[in-house]
Amino acid sequence: MYGGGNVFEATKFDDVQTEDPAKLAEFEARIARGEKIEPTDWMPELYRKQLIRMIEQHAHSEIIGALPEGTWITRAPGFRRKLAQMAKVQDEVGHAQLLYSAAETLGKSREQMLTDLISGKSKYSNVFNYPAFTWADSNIISWLIDAGAIVNQMANAKGSYGPYSRALERICAEEAFHLKYGHDAVVHMATGSPKQREMIQAALNRWWPPIMTFFGPSDKMSTHTETLMRWKVKMASNDECRQQFLDMYVPKIWELGLTVPDPKLKKNMETGQWEYTEPDWDEFKRVINGDGPCNAERLAVRRTAEERGAWVRRALLNPKAKYVKPLA
Amino acid sequence: MNELAIKDLLYKLADDQLILGHRNSEWTGFGPILEEDIAFSSMAQDKIGHSLAFYTLLQELGEADPDTVAFTRNAEQFHNSQLVELPNGEYDFSLIRHFLYDNAEIIRFEMLSQSSYEPIAKVATKLKGEVKYHVLHANTWIKNLGASTEEAILRLQSALNEALPYALSMFEKSKYEQELIDAGVYGGEEAVKAEWLKRIQAVLEKTDLKLPDVESIEPKFGGRYGEHTEHLQLLLDEMAEVFKIDPTAEW
Repeated sequence: MYGGGNVFEATKFDDVQTEDPAKLAEFEARIARGEKIEPTDWMPELYRKQLIRMIEQHAHSEIIGALPEGTWITRAPGFRRKLAQMAKVQDEVGHAQLLYSAAETLGKSREQMLTDLISGKSKYSNVFNYPAFTWADSNIISWLIDAGAIVNQMANAKGSYGPYSRALERICAEEAFHLKYGHDAVVHMATGSPKQREMIQAALNRWWPPIMTFFGPSDKMSTHTETLMRWKVKMASNDECRQQFLDMYVPKIWELGLTVPDPKLKKNMETGQWEYTEPDWDEFKRVINGDGPCNAERLAVRRTAEERGAWVRRALLNPKAKYVKPLA
Repeated sequence: MNELAIKDLLYKLADDQLILGHRNSEWTGFGPILEEDIAFSSMAQDKIGHSLAFYTLLQELGEADPDTVAFTRNAEQFHNSQLVELPNGEYDFSLIRHFLYDNAEIIRFEMLSQSSYEPIAKVATKLKGEVKYHVLHANTWIKNLGASTEEAILRLQSALNEALPYALSMFEKSKYEQELIDAGVYGGEEAVKAEWLKRIQAVLEKTDLKLPDVESIEPKFGGRYGEHTEHLQLLLDEMAEVFKIDPTAEW
């Protein structure tokens, strides 16, 4: 589950100045023709760097994203929900495994990526720094966060890097099931007892502001990403993703008799664009930089898992073995 | 055949798997490597699915529906062995428990697939293929880690010593034991235990781990008769937390 957004550094023409112009031209021509770039192909350093960063953040988002929903597995009410919740969260961990492998093809080891996650050097999707207080929060995540992730990932699946693009195709197929599961769970809550309806509305109220920031800051305030768009690393702008998400899901939320907690939210029929209260981007920056309700807890869990499992990894590894870059 | 005896057998089978399934699921997002998160989660789904299959047979014998039976009883109404209710602890304990438990479970399933009580035989035949993979997983990891670093061997040996009294309690006899054996429903706990010892010994021999003298160990009996550690009720409370908010609601 990953919405992208706020993951790219500013790119300047200078960054590719040191590359061989002939190779760069051929690389760009291949991408323009719609060809995929494979691990052993030539690529600009900037392309490699940004892709590692992007795929790594995506992988981290999957394992950190497994935590807020994972805590609801033991508490999931009844066999039907429990089995689905378990399978869903397991899928997310499986996505992380796929994505770390895709990122490894670019030359960074899984262990190093996990070390950077724990040290706070690399980021993950900001929404997972918010808590899942109740079962209903977990349902909202399964439905709407996964929905947002699909919007972003369907776009990125058309990207230029072969291993990432193929991983995303598989991930999207699984996310589509999560979406159905999440929607079904929310429908049961929204059409259930007064207590259930109250729980699901409260969860939507809590999650709406983070959902609105899921795709990252507005394009007007984002760093320039033209080069990355041309290289098909970034496939859709943050605002395009957000508009598409609102188009697809606001009517479905309303259909259930739930209220979206934004009085300004409406579709402008002339422009075809949704209008909404501008999310609090200062809070977004503060949270992504570490000062959110759950940042410390999420990383502490991950750190504990890494530390407690270290003896297993030590036992499995021949100390003389060296890191080998896998084939995609 | 005495229906109470069948129900007792089914409760024992179902409760073991429900509780261990929940414990296994607690590794999701928390494993020593991602592949183990995924493996434990996968086994958790199988185990909980198996418990559902046995609770469904109980419902056919007139017991309440599976959700009610699984999520509203108290600890003293549970028939699982104490082995499965213990907290996960470190990965060494979870792996050893998984090894000890599934090597017994596969024998039960093999026996039950030959049961004279057809509904159980059908379910056991269908599900034993899944348990086979759980055993394969456990044995592979025990063989790998049990012959690796000194640290791993020490940890696993200590977990094995700690888990054994609880593991032996898996073979606590039902009050209907002889009746079930005579009717050809179930081969009985002594037969399971004898075969189990052979199988775990065969795996441990390929490692640097030593099986303590099991005859000198006093099993932590009681689980099959509703006596449990304090850990079970805590887990059951957690499992029922959402369900109890509105027991009449459809979730």
